[in-house]
Amino acid sequence: MEYVRSDADAQGSGESALTVKILVAGGFGVGKTTLVSAVSEIRPLRTEEALTEKSIGIDDTSAVMNKTTTTVAMDFGRITLPNGLVLLVFGTPGQDRFWFMWDELAKGALGSVILVDTRRLADCFQSVDYFERRGLPFIIAVNRFDGAGTHSPDQVRDALDLSPDIPVIDCDVRNKEDAKRVLITLVEHIMRTMSGRQAVG
Amino acid sequence: MTPAGSPESGGSAWFDDEAGPVVRPYALTGGRTHYDGGEFDLVALIETTDEADARADRPGPPGMPRTRWAPDPEHEMILRLCRTPLSVVEVASELELPLGVVRVLLGDLLDRSLILVRRPAPVAQFPSERVLKEVIDGIRAL
Repeated sequence: MEYVRSDADAQGSGESALTVKILVAGGFGVGKTTLVSAVSEIRPLRTEEALTEKSIGIDDTSAVMNKTTTTVAMDFGRITLPNGLVLLVFGTPGQDRFWFMWDELAKGALGSVILVDTRRLADCFQSVDYFERRGLPFIIAVNRFDGAGTHSPDQVRDALDLSPDIPVIDCDVRNKEDAKRVLITLVEHIMRTMSGRQAVG
Repeated sequence: MTPAGSPESGGSAWFDDEAGPVVRPYALTGGRTHYDGGEFDLVALIETTDEADARADRPGPPGMPRTRWAPDPEHEMILRLCRTPLSVVEVASELELPLGVVRVLLGDLLDRSLILVRRPAPVAQFPSERVLKEVIDGIRAL
């Protein structure tokens, strides 16, 4: 009950500090942590969750069906913005067996960057499907690894069968300015998506 | 269905290899793996209440079911950390404890009104265009 009261308080005080959440998704080893660390100090986060029946009912835990416990190591960065805003950028766990964690990460998130390595394009299919299904705004950022393929953003868009309004941009996640540009592109896309939704509703 | 601890089970029914890493951190919570009072969102902000410092090392506040609550060092670390509001994931990261454990500990503190929880605003009402513009400006200034 205490919690419910706190919740109501939080909604009542509009000027309270706000945390906003952005996700960085993509296949294992695609550069998610590098992107987050380019713009913020990286922090490790560990979960050792006892999977309850409740979570088994909600999440697709088919891959962990015979496990009752699981450990997920993730990381996130905190960016403190003016006016007390706190932006948390989460790297999503790259392996399929951590899907149950995605729902929690996606809840209340503004949107997601999906990092892509064109040599392993298929690695991002699940992320694209997931965010499309959830209706969460996302952009595609193609990480230009040394010696990576030279596919143009348009080729990537075609290969992923994306709608034309979803930004597909190139980047080098090791470069801070690139990382900033990726995040800004995402937030601008979120703004466009939201104003579109308001126009419809 | 052999009762745990019966001769046939040899006492091994309680633990297997997979239990190991979970049992240890959750020993901090007396084996509790969930807080029944609600969910702590990953990015909910936790803030130590004004009275918390005065109360932290005393028995629980009057009217609480358990009158003699002694906070663990982890509880006190949370209270110290959250004098400046901190998100749930940051508390977990600072304490180097699993999220599930931290949520139980936060539940203990919330039950005793030693912390305030500011939940992130629902997505439907939030964020305003102004907030998003501030986010963009903030990233640009990094």
